[in-house]
Amino acid sequence: MLVRTNIVQFDSIALDCGTTLAPVDVAYETYGELNAAKTNAILVLHAFSGDAHAAGTDPDGGNAGWWDNMIGPGKAFDTNKYFVICSNVLSGCRGTSGPGSIDPATGCPYAMAFPPVTLADMVRLQKMLTEHLGIEKLLSVSGGSMGAMQALQWAVAYPDAIASSIPIAGTARHSAQQIAFNEVGRQAIMADPDWNEGNYYGRRPPARGLSVARMVGHITYMSDASMREKFGRRLRDQNQFEVESYLRYRGSQFVDRFDANSYLYITKAMDYFDLTHGRHSLSAAFENVRARFLLISFTSDWLYPTYQSLEVVRALRGRNCDVAYCELPSSYGHDAFLVNVTEQSELVRGFLASTFRERA
Amino acid sequence: MAQAFVPELLGRSDYAIISELIEPNTRVLDLGCGEGELLEWLALHKRVDARGVEISGPKAQQAIARGVSVFHSDLEEALADLPDRAFDYVILSQTLQETREPLRVLHDMLRVGEHAIVAFPNFGHWSVRLSHLWTGRAPKTKLFPYDWYDSPNIHFLTVHDFETLAHAQKWVIERRIFLQGPRTVKRLPNLLAEVAVFLVRK
Repeated sequence: MLVRTNIVQFDSIALDCGTTLAPVDVAYETYGELNAAKTNAILVLHAFSGDAHAAGTDPDGGNAGWWDNMIGPGKAFDTNKYFVICSNVLSGCRGTSGPGSIDPATGCPYAMAFPPVTLADMVRLQKMLTEHLGIEKLLSVSGGSMGAMQALQWAVAYPDAIASSIPIAGTARHSAQQIAFNEVGRQAIMADPDWNEGNYYGRRPPARGLSVARMVGHITYMSDASMREKFGRRLRDQNQFEVESYLRYRGSQFVDRFDANSYLYITKAMDYFDLTHGRHSLSAAFENVRARFLLISFTSDWLYPTYQSLEVVRALRGRNCDVAYCELPSSYGHDAFLVNVTEQSELVRGFLASTFRERA
Repeated sequence: MAQAFVPELLGRSDYAIISELIEPNTRVLDLGCGEGELLEWLALHKRVDARGVEISGPKAQQAIARGVSVFHSDLEEALADLPDRAFDYVILSQTLQETREPLRVLHDMLRVGEHAIVAFPNFGHWSVRLSHLWTGRAPKTKLFPYDWYDSPNIHFLTVHDFETLAHAQKWVIERRIFLQGPRTVKRLPNLLAEVAVFLVRK
């Protein structure tokens, strides 16, 4: 399945910070066919470093989508039944407007002049996209990690626009530990002289800082067990362990496809996301939600531990919302939602089928 | 035991019991719902809003894969989250004897639900009495097949015990159904019933 990324431009978007971004581009892909009643659309939400290319093969690089094992004919998000949409987030660097985009006022890249964005802003732009595609109500919104946080934001911000939400390995708010790891990544980027206060477009990008940030990220996505299994103490050569070589490779690979300033903006948006902000409790955030929920966490995920999903489940159940929840056994750490998908697929498939039957 | 009982409920003679007890288009919570067979059946045939709680991960997975909204959790903790009167019926099938604090569970069921449906193996059944009397050991029967050291059952009760508790708590017993295998028992339930099913409200 060859898939090309589309770009749609909107005149403007009002942001939580009070400014308006104009114009704004959104990169997106779609898979499957929208039915006549427009009741089979599912929006898939990527994690921090993901993009609109969720499934299929891109015709240029030949790369498979980041959730290709979940989306396609006969898969959990079955494109024979459902119309699946995925877009790159606002402030990203994969086709949607972000700090690397050209500011029409100056004709130069925004860099750090790009307005600060929130997860709510990202979701607002996704809502504009689904409306543009003619969809009033999505059958489901689903994603892992930052995608899970957005799936919760959708349920809170647009209760009538979704029938269900599937947040996987996510949270209603980052813990001090999650903020801490993000801050290490940001400091690594900003400590690189090539970062130059964010003004490096057309010059040498802060590749060393960005790759160190990515290396830290990769450690948090794995588990002690998965690293032991994958690398152990094996040596690559006399001078380096396998794990060192792997992290360096992933770090350098990341530099080719990711913008350091987007790293700063998106991690900040994740850290500031807090569904309890301005409310008495998490329960209060869910006052108006109507969606049905499926939450999943993984036993070895120490970055988004089970207790964070359970906090959400408990608050939803306290509101008597329709919630399914399961902690799946996995040794893959936070990466489990991307790589260990057999059981996850069964849960998602059954949940979507009954939601489609009962609520579409 | 919970595994054996659910197919029994779903067997032809016992569809009738649950169909009678649970009104269509109601909200039903099944505590210890296993793989969700009963809830799936109720959702499809009685159009109920079906939810479950199951402590076993693999069973909870199966239930969710069936499309039933199941919370993978300990049932005593799961009840505490729920608001008052969230359900019309709260079912506890073959699990009361396994709970740490059965009275608190029953109170919580009647707080969360308008009605409670409680099914439990009857420790007063003649086979249990005979087993204990003849062997002088902790009874081991078809109903209670475990050795004392690996039994999940930690609180044993009989039909009479439940009736006495209901009376003392001023609960209203709306229906009582006693089963011996697939058949219902009318006489001497404390002696003849293998499984008792009570429909209770406050």
